[in-house]
Amino acid sequence: MKRRDFLAGAAGALALPGAALAQVDPLDPLVWVVTNGAPVKKGKVKLVLPQLADNGNSVPIRITVDSPMTEADHVKSIHLYSERNPVRNMANFYLGPRAGKAEIDSRVRLAGSQRVTAVAKLSDGSFWYDAAAVVVTLSACLDES
Amino acid sequence: MAARIQIPPRAKRGEIVEIRVLIQHSMETGYRHDDVGRVIKRNVINLFSCRYNGVEVFRADLSSGISANPYLQFYTVAEASGDLEFSWIDDEGQQDSERQSIVVNG
Repeated sequence: MKRRDFLAGAAGALALPGAALAQVDPLDPLVWVVTNGAPVKKGKVKLVLPQLADNGNSVPIRITVDSPMTEADHVKSIHLYSERNPVRNMANFYLGPRAGKAEIDSRVRLAGSQRVTAVAKLSDGSFWYDAAAVVVTLSACLDES
Repeated sequence: MAARIQIPPRAKRGEIVEIRVLIQHSMETGYRHDDVGRVIKRNVINLFSCRYNGVEVFRADLSSGISANPYLQFYTVAEASGDLEFSWIDDEGQQDSERQSIVVNG
């Protein structure tokens, strides 16, 4: 094997898990509870988190869903998942046409660097998601450390 | 459980108003230990809701993944003058609520 081929292969192997992770696993039981196995597409949802969080105990988060929020077309709920927290389903938010605007700001705890995913359920029954990777310098403590 | 809730005191009909909520609560995760090594029991606010003149406009299930002194910012459409009632409950069953009024003209 030529060195160039080997490097290309190694780069591919490294890139693959990233690509696989960049999707919501519809078979994940936590997601299944919400979607009942329906496909979750990327888009519409925008998740804003700092790329680097100094303190995992309080990380600002903003979730925005591109929706007119009318009676006919609105966001029903937004579900927030963490990859590494002991409680992976961090929060669920329930909205309706009365919200006017599908945007939520909060602060979350993150136990280490990870990807955070937000899944939105729309009134037409479709599901959309976005994910953001955060590097956490100081994790939200799991013990008395 | 003290809370600071900010809503605009008045708005035009149909205007989207911003609601900001900050509740004083330790959101104890249940993974920490006290000085003698006993586990501190989990105690987080698990349900928060906002009703506008009796109709629920926002609800959230929270967990230990939400920071201590949880902060929530969301929106609602100003439809009529009246009250916004915020209520929440934690794992120990302690319930609290706060009411704020809004004047809607136009």
